[in-house]
Amino acid sequence: MQIVTKQKTMALAGDQAVAYAVKQSDVDVVAAYPITPQTIIVEKFSEYVANGEVETEFVCVESEHSAMAASLAASATGARAFTATASAGLALMHEMLFVTSGCRAPVVMAVANRALSAPLNIHGDHSDSMAQRDSGWIQMYAENAQEAYDSIIQAFRIAENSNVLLPVMVGLDGFTLSHTLENVETLLDEDVKAFIGTRKFSNVLTHEGKSVPFKLDPTNPMTMGPIALQNYYFEFKRQQEEAMKNALEVIEQINGEYSKMSGRSYGNGLVETYYLEDAEIAAICLGSTAGTMKTVVDALRQEGIKAGLLRLRTFRPLPFEAIRSALSNVKALAVMDKSMSFGGNGGPVFQEVRSLLYDTDNHPNIVNYIYGLGGRDTSPTELRSIYEELQNILQAKHVEKPIQYLGLRE
Amino acid sequence: MTNQEKTWKEIAPAGVCSKSSTSFLTGDWKTYTPVRDLEKCTRCLLCALFCPDGAILWHPEKGDISFDNSFCKGCGICANQCPTNAITMKLAQE
Repeated sequence: MQIVTKQKTMALAGDQAVAYAVKQSDVDVVAAYPITPQTIIVEKFSEYVANGEVETEFVCVESEHSAMAASLAASATGARAFTATASAGLALMHEMLFVTSGCRAPVVMAVANRALSAPLNIHGDHSDSMAQRDSGWIQMYAENAQEAYDSIIQAFRIAENSNVLLPVMVGLDGFTLSHTLENVETLLDEDVKAFIGTRKFSNVLTHEGKSVPFKLDPTNPMTMGPIALQNYYFEFKRQQEEAMKNALEVIEQINGEYSKMSGRSYGNGLVETYYLEDAEIAAICLGSTAGTMKTVVDALRQEGIKAGLLRLRTFRPLPFEAIRSALSNVKALAVMDKSMSFGGNGGPVFQEVRSLLYDTDNHPNIVNYIYGLGGRDTSPTELRSIYEELQNILQAKHVEKPIQYLGLRE
Repeated sequence: MTNQEKTWKEIAPAGVCSKSSTSFLTGDWKTYTPVRDLEKCTRCLLCALFCPDGAILWHPEKGDISFDNSFCKGCGICANQCPTNAITMKLAQE
């Protein structure tokens, strides 16, 4: 790939890469509480604060609920705010996630994806963020530490865009990415600063009848999100849905801009396709699993098998047009879920992908693979077995068992 | 709902208030209303300090207080705090 601007190669684990991106992103307030496997992010960032390398106010809060409350409050005053969490910490934030998106506060949060208790497990799966699917947050999942770094920088631009104004969570797989050292190409401070800029505010009409920038400011008082009952609540929720729709375009546009500067692009920003043009069989997955999947697809292609992969980089808003068009030639599709929806018809990604393909004329036969819960390793051999099953489905034109568990002792 | 209410495209985001809170007369929520015994009341103003709605007004020119019934929700905190039991809560009249 062509390198457009000068960059520095650093050896960083995913968490460190996130902290470094936040350091370069001119963040005003970080309010956070430690939790494995996210801890390194705020630990590293607090070092930057202690060393005077950033001008950020670091708030040591007493819980994740408070971390989100403080981030929201800072953001509402016009500050750029960041926090990070995982697993039980994200679950504790649940209430405040809705308040933050409802107040249209563009907070950016890194989630080092981790399983939820009980039983206690500190390793990576997507149970935590999938459980927050409907909280009104944009959700992006990184494939590697490089993408975690790049996505955090992009996330501020996406969140703060005046047509979006929604909080963004960037997921990086616990331990697999958060604690694994990689070579990460980092941009120069001035390039990140120029790319992100400062927060801009569109005007709103206040109770005093004044048109003023949308932020809490004692000279131009306004009240955000206090109460809206039967007559207005519904309208505010519809606005959030529109902002999500707008985000699809904004994410694509910012991925494009970032690509011009850095030489790195993640598909169109929403989905990344791998050998999908002529693929008859394909899988769809999120996060770091895609890295292993790509090597499996490479091997299958060497053998002349028309296999492909679609990596869903953005899960909320769900890019259904992009998914439909990317899968238009696929005859047999496996959807990978690293979380469960107990009692549901398969995992959350499966439910959504299957549903969005319902309206297409020649939709593929679809099978769900639930895998990797609690950080269970998923080997290339196991992933290859998915494509072997897809070849059987392609022949039979029928799915015998639509919901399957990969790597589970039966 | 009335036809005067705005669509989702017309309103500010995030529930930003279009009216000041002073135009929402929350006093009509009340079941009980405070009644003061002027003999017992020492004008110590503890009630005004504790009122969560700022509905007890101090009039320096009269050296006295009054209840603002447009905003008093009838919670009874004033009656509970009054050191001389000068305030009692009575059923509000329609």
